[in-house]
Amino acid sequence: MSAYDVVVIGAGPAGMAAAVEARGAGLSVLVLDEAGAPGGQIWRGVEAAGPSRRGVLGGDFAKGADLAAAFRASGADYRPRATVWNISPEKVVDYSAGGGSRQAAAGAVIVATGAVERPVPMAGWLLPGVTTAGASQILLKTSGIVEPDTVFVGSGPLLWLVASQMVAAGVPPKAIVETVPHGRLMAAAKHLPGALKNAAALAKGVRMMWAVKAAGVPVHTGVTDVAIAGATHAEAVTFKGADGAMRIETRHVALHMGVVPNPQITRLLVCDHVFDTAQRAFVPVLDADRMTSRAGVYVAGDGGGILGAAAAVLTGRLAAMGAAEAAGRPVDEGARGAVRAALAKDAAVRPLLETLYAPAEAALAPADDVVVCRCEEVTAGAIRHAARLGAAGPNQVKSYLRAGMGPCQGRVCGMVVAELIAAARGVTPGDVGYYRIRPPLKPLPLSELAELGEAEPVAAQ
Amino acid sequence: MSAPGDPRPAPGAKAAAPGAPAAAAGGRLPAPPAGGGMGADLIVIGGGIHGNSAALHCALKGMDVVLLEKDTAGRHASGVNAGGVRQLGRDVAEIPLSVRSMEMWHRIADIVDDDCGFQAAPQIKVAESEDELSTLAARAQRLRDLGYDHEVILSRDEVRAHLPAVAPHIVGGLASLGDGFALPYQTTFAFARKAAAEGVRIFEETAARRVTRGADGFRVETDRSVFTAPKLLNCAGAWGGEIAAQLGEHAPVEAIAPMMLVTARMPHFCDAVVGATGRPLSFKQMPNGTVVIGGGRRGRAVPAENLSHLDFAQLKHTAATAREIFPIMAGARLVRGWAGIEGRMPDDIPVLGPSSTQEGAFHAFGFSAHGFQLGPGVGSVMAEIIADGHTNAPLAPFSITRFRAAA
Repeated sequence: MSAYDVVVIGAGPAGMAAAVEARGAGLSVLVLDEAGAPGGQIWRGVEAAGPSRRGVLGGDFAKGADLAAAFRASGADYRPRATVWNISPEKVVDYSAGGGSRQAAAGAVIVATGAVERPVPMAGWLLPGVTTAGASQILLKTSGIVEPDTVFVGSGPLLWLVASQMVAAGVPPKAIVETVPHGRLMAAAKHLPGALKNAAALAKGVRMMWAVKAAGVPVHTGVTDVAIAGATHAEAVTFKGADGAMRIETRHVALHMGVVPNPQITRLLVCDHVFDTAQRAFVPVLDADRMTSRAGVYVAGDGGGILGAAAAVLTGRLAAMGAAEAAGRPVDEGARGAVRAALAKDAAVRPLLETLYAPAEAALAPADDVVVCRCEEVTAGAIRHAARLGAAGPNQVKSYLRAGMGPCQGRVCGMVVAELIAAARGVTPGDVGYYRIRPPLKPLPLSELAELGEAEPVAAQ
Repeated sequence: MSAPGDPRPAPGAKAAAPGAPAAAAGGRLPAPPAGGGMGADLIVIGGGIHGNSAALHCALKGMDVVLLEKDTAGRHASGVNAGGVRQLGRDVAEIPLSVRSMEMWHRIADIVDDDCGFQAAPQIKVAESEDELSTLAARAQRLRDLGYDHEVILSRDEVRAHLPAVAPHIVGGLASLGDGFALPYQTTFAFARKAAAEGVRIFEETAARRVTRGADGFRVETDRSVFTAPKLLNCAGAWGGEIAAQLGEHAPVEAIAPMMLVTARMPHFCDAVVGATGRPLSFKQMPNGTVVIGGGRRGRAVPAENLSHLDFAQLKHTAATAREIFPIMAGARLVRGWAGIEGRMPDDIPVLGPSSTQEGAFHAFGFSAHGFQLGPGVGSVMAEIIADGHTNAPLAPFSITRFRAAA
C-alpha cells in the first residue's frame, strides 16, 4: 500500500486546484479521477479541445486549460481512469485502475467529486431519446455530437449554458421548455442587489439566455404538467403553457432541474449532513477550512454545496491549505484571506440563482405511476405506500422495496425518495434522512476483490 | 408471491396521526408524550424479529404490550441479514426450536399477512474434499441417532442435480431439503405491522435508557417518558447484555458485524442456499438474479455509534471462496457490501428464558448470527412462558445462568 499526505478524489476544477495548492505546500499528493484526462464535468476534455471547440464552450473553458496545465506540472501523482470504490474510517482509499484494485493510505482526503444532476422523474423520462442537459454537454465536449432537434425541459443555469453552447456550435435546440413558475422572478429580484457583487456571473447568464433567444429558439416559460410522450422512444414533449396545452414533436429531450452535491463519499464516511432548504439538497457540514465532521476529510467544489466552477477552484485551494496546516506546514494567512474574500464575492450571486431556479414542486412529487428508482423499477406510488405503512425514511424504503439497491446505489433516485417520504409524512427531507451508502461505491468485479492487494503497482502519470 | 413493491391494502396497521395521544389502540406510534407515564402488561425491549414476533404472540394471547425500539424496526441484524431460513447445521440444542419455526415459515403469510418473500429451497453444505464429506456424514449420522432426519448426505451426482453450476472439485454435500430463504427486512417489518394490528404499541426511536424493578413492576425510562409493566422481555440483540446487566445478570454479548456482498443481476444458475464445510460461505441467488454472499466473515461493529465497517481484506476471501465453488462468479460484479450489528454469545447459542434474578423478566437475545429462522418459533415460545407460564420447548440449554461462573 502506498501512502500520501493528501489523496484528492476528482480532477475537476476543485480537485486540480487542491492538488496544485497542496503540492505548493510541499505535500505528497495522489489524484484519482474516473475520466481519462483532467477537467471534471465542467472542463471535460479541456486539454484536447481545439480553438474552435473552445470558442463554442466559452471563455471559462480557457481558464480550465490553464489550471490543467498547472496541475500537470504540479508533481502530483495523477491516476486517470481510476475509480474509488471505498474509503475506510482510517482513510485508506481502495481504487480500481487498469483491471486491478489498489490501496492508498491518506493523511487527508479531499473529496472533489462535484455535483450530480437532480433527477427529474416524470411520465416518459426513462424512454430512449431522453437524456439530461449534463449528458448532452458531455457529448458536445467529448465528441462534438449535438442532436439537432433537442428540446430542453426544466430550469437552471446549466440548461441555459448547454443550450447556448449548442447555439454556438451551429445546432440550436428545437425549443426551451422552462418550468420556472410565474412569480419566481419577482421573488428572486430581491436578491439582485446582493448578486450585483458578482456582476460578471450575472452578465454571463444574461448573455447565455440572450444568445439562445437571438438564435430564434422558441422559449416557453412558466409551463406546467410536462410529460414526454412516446411508446418505445421519445416522440414529443407535452405541457401546459401560456397558450394552453402544447405538444412539441421531437425524438431528443434533455431534462434538467439543477444540480445537487454528489453525496456518495461523504455519506459513505458517515459525515454529518444538513438539508439546505435554499439549495433543496443535503450538504455536508463543513468548517471554514472545508473539513467535514470526520477529521482529515475535506470537501472541495460543488460536493460541499453548489457554488459553481470559479468557487470550486477557490474551495479546492482552501481545503488544501487546511490539509497543509493540519500536516504542520505553514500557511500564508494573507493568501488564505484573499481566497476567502474572493469566495464570498463569487457566492453573492447564489441567493438569486437558488430562488429563481429552485426545483419545480412537480419534479419533487411525481405521479404515483412514475418509476423513480430506475435500477429496481420502483414507482413513486410504491414509495408513498411504504411511507404510509410506517417506513420512516429512505433506508427503510430501500430495505422494503429495494429502491436504491441497484448498481447506481441510489445516485439517481435518492433525492426524490427522500422528498416523497418527507411529503407523505408531512416533514422535511432533513427529518427523514438519506440512504446509507455502502461500498463498493461503484460496481466492482468480484474477481478484482478476490485478488485485492495482488495487483502490480502502476506508474503514476 | 406478491412483490413488496405492489401497493396493497394496509394490513390493518392502526398508525396514529402525528401528535395524537398514544392511546390504548395498537400501532406504530409517534414518540411517547414527554414526561408522561404509560402502563402495560408487558414491555418488550428491541424491535428486531424476535421482539416483534414475541410481542405479536403475546398480544394474540391477550396481553397489553408496549414495544420499545431505539432505532426503527429491523434496523440491525434482523433487517439486513442474509435471509437464510435454515435448519441445516444447527446446534443440537436449537433443533426443536428450529423445527417448530420451520413449520411456521411454511405458512408465514397466514401468520403475518405478508409472504415475507419466503421461498422454499434446499440448503446445501458442500464438501470440497473426502475428509470434509466424512465430517458431514458423521454429522448426519449423529442427528439420525438423535431421531432427526432432516439432514441428508448428497453424493457427488446428487449435489450436481441440485447445483449444476458447482465446481468440479465438490465431492458431495449435506442438505436440508425443506429449508428456504426470505427477505429479512420485509419479514421484520411484516411482524411489526402485524403486531401493531393486534394492538401492540410500538415506539420507535425510543431507547430504553434505564431499567429498574419497583413495587409496581418494571420501570423502563426513555428519553421522553417512563413505561411500567409487571413483565419485561429483553430482545435487545447486541445490546441485550446491557439490559441484562441492569437486571443484575451477566451475559457476555459480543457485538459482531457479519459481512455480506451482493452482485448485479446474473443469469439464473442456482436454486439452493449453499454453504461450505471448511471455510465460511453462505451463497444464494435471489429470484431477481442478484447473488447474496455472506458466511460470517466479520467487519467491525461499533454498537455505541450504531455503525459497522466492512473489512475488505476479509471480504477478499469471501469473494475468492464464492468464485472457487461457483466458477461462474468470476464474471460477477459486486454492487454493494454491508454488515448488520448482531449479538454473539461465547457458545454461539442464544440466551432464552426467564431471568435468574428478577421474576417476571425474560430474555431472548444473542442469536449469534443465526437467529432469523428462529424468529417465528421463538416468539411463540416466549409468549407461552410469559403469558401461560410454561412451555414444552426445551429451553434449559439457553439459560442465562450458564454464564454465572464467568461473572
